[in-house]
Amino acid sequence: MRRTFPTVLVARTLASWGAALLVFFPLFWLGLTAFKTELQAIAVPPQLLFEPTLDNFGEVQARSDYLLHAKNSLVTSVASTLLGLLIAAPAAYSMAFFRTQRTRDLLMWMLSTKMMPAVGALVPIYVLAQTSGLLDTLSGLTIVFTLSNLPILVWMLYSCFKDIPPDILEAARMDGATLWSEFRHVVLPLSVGGFASAGLLCLVLSWNEAFWSLNLSAANAGTLAALIASYSSPEGLFWAKLSAASLLAVAPIVVFGWFCQKQLVQGLTFGAVK
Amino acid sequence: MIVPLVMTLYFSTVRYNLMQPGEHAFVGLENFEFFVTDPGFGPAVLNTLLLLGSVIVATVVLGIGLALLVHEPFPGRGLVRVLLISPFFVMPTVNALLWKHMMMNPIYGVLAEVWRFFGAAPVDWLTEHPLFSVIVMISWQWLPFACLIFITSLQSLDREQMEAARMDGANALQRLWYLVLPHLARPVAVVVMIEMIFLMSVFAEIYTTTGGGPGHASTNVAFLIYTQALLSFDVGVASAGALFAVLLANIAAVFLIRLVGKNLDR
Repeated sequence: MRRTFPTVLVARTLASWGAALLVFFPLFWLGLTAFKTELQAIAVPPQLLFEPTLDNFGEVQARSDYLLHAKNSLVTSVASTLLGLLIAAPAAYSMAFFRTQRTRDLLMWMLSTKMMPAVGALVPIYVLAQTSGLLDTLSGLTIVFTLSNLPILVWMLYSCFKDIPPDILEAARMDGATLWSEFRHVVLPLSVGGFASAGLLCLVLSWNEAFWSLNLSAANAGTLAALIASYSSPEGLFWAKLSAASLLAVAPIVVFGWFCQKQLVQGLTFGAVK
Repeated sequence: MIVPLVMTLYFSTVRYNLMQPGEHAFVGLENFEFFVTDPGFGPAVLNTLLLLGSVIVATVVLGIGLALLVHEPFPGRGLVRVLLISPFFVMPTVNALLWKHMMMNPIYGVLAEVWRFFGAAPVDWLTEHPLFSVIVMISWQWLPFACLIFITSLQSLDREQMEAARMDGANALQRLWYLVLPHLARPVAVVVMIEMIFLMSVFAEIYTTTGGGPGHASTNVAFLIYTQALLSFDVGVASAGALFAVLLANIAAVFLIRLVGKNLDR
């Protein structure tokens, strides 16, 4: 082992902390503003020291029922994650273990649909939701979230399954395992990590999804992202309250992300980076 | 996924304006012509590419820098990592509002104060440099992602090889160039690919901050389609625009397969 010179270590420590604080600063400021009064929030110069108040949070709940939106966010993101995994698993399974010439093209094509701006599909999906009575319902949003995350989910599970050595499956089949028991006892245990990270990413994406919830939901099924976006209209020009609402919307998923960062890396890189 | 696509395909060939209900005449490719000749079309395509390119370059370069910085142990590394990756989980709408009101506001924004501190006149970022502002916001959000992946990848760097290179008298720069950067080729490919997928259709940030303006200065393809569909109520043209976006996406995808597909799919 080589020894690091103290000066190098000090320099690196300072630089790293500096960079980290710089990157984190906007979030820190958001948190700070959430505890200010409206006057303090727009004070010139911006105030770092002030007497914190909790009024904004009460105000946010009173104005637009934060808890209902939080519940909607939670329900739709968890439900769409589970549903998505349920649909993606068999698809990824068949792609990974029964490959054809076209498999790779199909995967790429699926992924490319992700690049299409959601607005393009807005009108058809709006019409579909309207005719089937799913407009402004949690199930409607859940379905849309699921579908929009599906390409990523399939891809992630696919690359996870592909890492399973085919010999193991071969052996299981020789022992007379049915398709289900092969999946249940061989594939599933070997890909728990992949499922976890795919689910995680899906959860984050659904939680943060603003476009669909903004356009397909109103008072009943609005999620937190839609709530925040509605604050962006000129009539809601109250920075402190806006910050309080934003903090409440962001905090759960950021804290959640802190705990799950390792899983997320594995999943996000489709297992391509080890 | 197929049903909306087919419906979009159908809508793109009829005259369908929500302000004129009942009239769904077949017009062939007229909608496409309309979309492509829209004064916002050129700027929108250019902005989409500019946004994509600069965010990718910024996040990859800064991401590698940061990853190298926090790679070796130092006091508080765990906490630094946590702080660094946080912006990734922030929802785009909050990201946009946060930057618009608290950072970039020319009067009471934090950046204005920094500018004043150095004796410069505060800049009205969103009006004067709208596209640049959007690029800053999105880079802030995606930098953690790039950084996280590079950190992970660096951990698998062969320590003995590095040590051997050092023994042979390779200086830090040479080690970076010949060992570290080649090792990062694959994660860079991954980052480029994923960012392309998500950044082609950036919407929330533009919607909540500049509204595509002033003029078309910060309009991208996704936002142009949005204005067509919901502000001019012209479903036909919007659908044509969406199909154009799919086309663009598929060109990008083909390009991606060439570039990184090989790299990912041994």
